[in-house]
Amino acid sequence: MMQDQKKKVLGIALIGVALAVLPFVIGMGFGNAWIRMLDFALLYIMLALGLNIVVGFAGLLDLGYIAFYAVGAYIYALLASPHFGLHWPLWAILPVGALIAGIFGVLLGTPTLKLRGDYLAIVTLGFGEIIRIFLNNLNAPVNITNGPKGIAGIDPLAKNIEIFGYPLHSLYLIYYLFVALALLIVFVTMRLENSRLGRAWVAIREDEIAAKACGINTRNVKLLAFAMGASFGGVAGGLFAGFQQFVSPESFGLFESIMVLCMVVLGGMGNIPGVILGAVVLTVLPELFRQWAGPMQMAVFGQTYIDPESMRLLLFGIALILVMRFRPMGLLPSSRRKAEFEHAEEGAQA
Amino acid sequence: MTALLQARNIAKHFGGIRALKDVSLTINAGEIYGLIGPNGAGKTTFFNVITGLYQRDGGDIVFAGQPLHVESPHEVTQAGIARTFQNIRLFAEMSALENVMVGRHLRSKGSVIGAVLRTATVRAEEAAIRAKATELLAYVGIAGKAGVRAASLSYGDQRRLEIARALATEPKLLALDEPAAGMNATETAGLRALIEKVRTDGTTVLLIEHDVRLIMGLCDRVAVLDYGEKIAEDVPAVVQKDPRVVSAYLGVPYEQ
Repeated sequence: MMQDQKKKVLGIALIGVALAVLPFVIGMGFGNAWIRMLDFALLYIMLALGLNIVVGFAGLLDLGYIAFYAVGAYIYALLASPHFGLHWPLWAILPVGALIAGIFGVLLGTPTLKLRGDYLAIVTLGFGEIIRIFLNNLNAPVNITNGPKGIAGIDPLAKNIEIFGYPLHSLYLIYYLFVALALLIVFVTMRLENSRLGRAWVAIREDEIAAKACGINTRNVKLLAFAMGASFGGVAGGLFAGFQQFVSPESFGLFESIMVLCMVVLGGMGNIPGVILGAVVLTVLPELFRQWAGPMQMAVFGQTYIDPESMRLLLFGIALILVMRFRPMGLLPSSRRKAEFEHAEEGAQA
Repeated sequence: MTALLQARNIAKHFGGIRALKDVSLTINAGEIYGLIGPNGAGKTTFFNVITGLYQRDGGDIVFAGQPLHVESPHEVTQAGIARTFQNIRLFAEMSALENVMVGRHLRSKGSVIGAVLRTATVRAEEAAIRAKATELLAYVGIAGKAGVRAASLSYGDQRRLEIARALATEPKLLALDEPAAGMNATETAGLRALIEKVRTDGTTVLLIEHDVRLIMGLCDRVAVLDYGEKIAEDVPAVVQKDPRVVSAYLGVPYEQ
């Protein structure tokens, strides 16, 4: 038992050190563009973990999830930009963004309580588009969102600083901020997974009628899943706005929703490490393809036949198909069963 | 003997089909009450009305001295009626133990904040849920299967697990929908012993069954439904000889 505790502490310490030095290693090896990518990967981890609560745990197929990301992003944009002349600090905005996104989650959840599977997917898809179209058109008669032009000049999350005379790019500070928040979300999700509510979500996913018969108030528990998932999306959205310093409706299209859903499914629905892996792979892989596709063609054929940009999507599609063909449960499938099995064996030996 | 559940003039129709016509029956506390009838007689419909899966179109129900207002099944479970399903409905991908743990949902309180902070109260509650679930698995006789995925259990064990999950909600009335369906003779005998044990330990049992031998041997009283009407209600020995029951089950004797 002590041994396990020690191992656990050691493991956490190692992960902590690795996360702390990672941006410097990448920054020195590949340049700031890759740190930026790393920051994006962390944003997507937060998003994917939020969607995982809805899709992975509660089994509610949501194709409009990016709407909550948009809500969070616009909340940040409105409260910290010259658009309204407001300049709230980050720590004040994030909770507001999470709360409002959560309310939007309940707004989406309430009318769809009786829907499942394909039907729910269609309604949520519509919801995602409605939010985007609203953002696109809320510039008249009162200019709230600045329409398709988007909101620019958003307050940055961090500035370049100097530590002991060494200049430190803001990307590093943003990285640490994102890591901290992503870890917080991982922590919350893990705690919820192994709780009474986590079990209720999975029960609804497995058999809603039986869940009701077990005394679960499926309405409340489903709304809670929507609200939790949405609020994580809202936090990620706020960070996105501060990171890009610009938001416009076109960042929140259906393709983004599908992308986040792919991360959840490809990584392993319902499994937290799987979802994290899915988010990282799907952020990094397309960029790698983009960077390699051009030079590789040059090296092999002496000229570029296919535009690297379109090549990127092609290779991305092939990679998705391969994963689904050879690992249909995802890269890291849910270990729920395995963990429970080991627990029972321990019990039998004791 | 006190009445645990009184159903008065229960009616239910689906479009033009009257599945239940003014069915009234009384289940006494502590008895095993059987509900039989030919296929399509309305047994499961009655069951679904009582357990809140269907909204009744008429009549009223008094349960444990309180009128039973049914908006949703979880409220019925809260009131103290737990059920199993004719075509077993387990949480297939969860372990046997987790299935029973879900049954404790209603009798525990852990909130989001409690779960995230893992407060002492929540930890204690989780431990109690686990202990109770383990105890119930042993009670129904599948203690060794705690970690097995529900879908991988044998048919008989799945039935037992469903009963354990229902008992986890601490019901006053346990309603079993054809629990012996598809069981062999040994499994049925084991089930019968289990149902008797549940009753002895203080839970009233409502049983829908096709296995007439099981019903007649096990039940204190039996009601017979036919075409949505109650045609008999009495101790098994009397019901068995009731001419209307005999004709409903076996057809009217040919007379010249």
